[in-house]
Amino acid sequence: MRIELERRAGVSKLFSILSPFIALGLTLIFGGIMFMMLGKDPIAALYSFFIEPLTEVWSLHELAIKAAPLILIAVGLSVCYRSNNWNIGAEGQFIMGAIAGSILPVVFYEWQSPLVLPLMMLLGMLGGALFAGIPAFLKAHLNTNEILTSLMLVYVAQLFLDWLVRGPWRNPGGMNFPETRTFDATAILPEMIASGRAHWGFGFAIIAAILVWFMMRYTLKGFEITVLGQSQRAGRFAGFSSRKMIWFSMLLSGALAGLAGIAEVSGAIQQLRPVISPGYGFTAIIVAFLGRLNPLGIVVAGLVLALTYLGGEAVQVSLQISDKPIRVFQGLLLFFVLSCDTLIHYKIRMMWYDLSETAGKGTR
Amino acid sequence: MKKLLFALATTAAVIGFSAGAYAADKAKVCFVYVGSKTDGGWTQAHDIGRLELEKALGDKIETQFLESVPEGPDAERAIERLARSGCGLIYTTSFGFMDATVKVAAKFPDVKFEHATGYKTAPNLATYNSRFYEGRYIQGQIAAKISQKGVAGYIASFPIPEVVMGINAFVTGARSINPDFKIKVVWANTWFDPGKEADAAKALIDQGVDVLTQHTDTTAPMQVAAERGIKAFGQASDMIKAGPETQLTAIVDTWGAYYIKRTQLFLDGKWETSSSWDGLKDGILSMAPYTNMPDDVKAMAEETQKKIESGELKPFTGPLKKQDGSEWLAAGASSDDGTLLGMNFYVEGVDDKLPQ
Repeated sequence: MRIELERRAGVSKLFSILSPFIALGLTLIFGGIMFMMLGKDPIAALYSFFIEPLTEVWSLHELAIKAAPLILIAVGLSVCYRSNNWNIGAEGQFIMGAIAGSILPVVFYEWQSPLVLPLMMLLGMLGGALFAGIPAFLKAHLNTNEILTSLMLVYVAQLFLDWLVRGPWRNPGGMNFPETRTFDATAILPEMIASGRAHWGFGFAIIAAILVWFMMRYTLKGFEITVLGQSQRAGRFAGFSSRKMIWFSMLLSGALAGLAGIAEVSGAIQQLRPVISPGYGFTAIIVAFLGRLNPLGIVVAGLVLALTYLGGEAVQVSLQISDKPIRVFQGLLLFFVLSCDTLIHYKIRMMWYDLSETAGKGTR
Repeated sequence: MKKLLFALATTAAVIGFSAGAYAADKAKVCFVYVGSKTDGGWTQAHDIGRLELEKALGDKIETQFLESVPEGPDAERAIERLARSGCGLIYTTSFGFMDATVKVAAKFPDVKFEHATGYKTAPNLATYNSRFYEGRYIQGQIAAKISQKGVAGYIASFPIPEVVMGINAFVTGARSINPDFKIKVVWANTWFDPGKEADAAKALIDQGVDVLTQHTDTTAPMQVAAERGIKAFGQASDMIKAGPETQLTAIVDTWGAYYIKRTQLFLDGKWETSSSWDGLKDGILSMAPYTNMPDDVKAMAEETQKKIESGELKPFTGPLKKQDGSEWLAAGASSDDGTLLGMNFYVEGVDDKLPQ
């Protein structure tokens, strides 16, 4: 027997819209069963997971903080993936952006001026873009595989940061601990509204999502990205250069990842440490696909994923269970969302073979 | 769908509310863990302390915990969540939670905080730590007696003073027995990663060390040592189950007594900020039974332990030289706590370059 996924002739508009809700329903049912088997009240668990984090102002702010880097990075990645360039190294570009942007508050800490913050953000974007430029150059001119090069460069960035905070950038007043000096107030990204600690990183994420959405939908560049992504040959006939597209998409996604990095460091951490990201660059890949590579979808997907982190903690606190079942639950949610999406575009076909017949023909 | 959700939400809100009202009778004491509470090492030791606390004061308090909390902005959110959920006293049990704890403590002046192994305090933020290095000195002496080759392997986590201090104590102990003793160090750059820790153990054993010690949280190195047939020391919890024929002893963190003492002060309204750094004599750490070693080595270890407990022996006592051969402590002089807490140099005998 063989199982095959066969592309459906037409995609149902209705189910395309319903799919995330079906997935959510299935998650609720199976998650509820899991919590019940653990001897916990499933309704209380689901409430803590999905609703409690949304009922308080402070946790809405936390949601925005957690979602901001995911959205910002994923929006950039969506342009890459749409144009068939597989940048897997956003984590590294995030880190290099954070490092480049931190040059001002760490090395030139005595310079305090309103210009510091905008320059930090620009340097962050520059740092991320330059770092993404390495795999772009290698692919455009030496035809290397960007999946490998961009992924490997993540380790380079992580170790470079590690070396910096233990060596040249270590806080002279920090008792030898591996961290830089804390940023001056002029180098800290301010809060968006006074009611909580969500900083402008979230604002950048929303602005970036809208701009990229506009570009993809209404500009020639967006058309070029889509055409080259679907067929390089067709793109060439239209006069588009796939080499230039490699540069464009990689630099753009690198710049956005770098901006996410410096916004996170300046807004939330306020100094550099050996580890500044719990894997945002990789989680953003999931976010990009959950949002169906559509910048506005990515905003929703980023918020949903951030909610699963906050909800996970809320369940741990309110039900006193370990974080392991919560990770299973997060997995359930992703599994159902992705499989519902897949089944809308494909149908499963079982292919039955008559064993004696195949045996007679010999191996193929 | 909407109606259903609404119904779910209201039912749950009612349940949540009644549970909250019930909980208000007891004081809530909360814990933030960096690893899994069943890691067999660091976090498990804290969780054992939490359970002892529950046992001792369970009629007056209830405890809560969050496990596997990453250090950084996530920690700040996790601590804030606990502070908001009604915790009166919060223990944050990893060095990397320091700045997050400081920030949340500033926001919640009525909540008391205790941060393990850090150095920043506030009127509502105390720190507590344990003189692990006393145990490491004993381990070093045992290693020097047991090792045929005179070389031990040391799996280190991060080059922070705490860890450097442990390495130096181990070497100092070992060289008090065998002046030519050396150690090799591998930096795993993680507290909790069974795969990396096991790789580090294998790499060290391949380089010819015949006794192994670790400053990481899992039992993986102990298991590798057991497979390869060499002896090893456990860390933070008694790891004898991972190596019944392998473990010589382990530094066991016994936080329970401290948690009970501090929580009682909190309940009595007498809690004040402090920086506590207790040692073997105070019972904040203890040594797992001395096993898998000849009787004379065991007797030596027990004697050293007694001397440290009585204060007769201070592990860092001169003459001691730094790695580069320059003098650190003159004969008879012993190190002050400030130097130890900011330690960023090796003593003689470490076969490694301190990452900095």
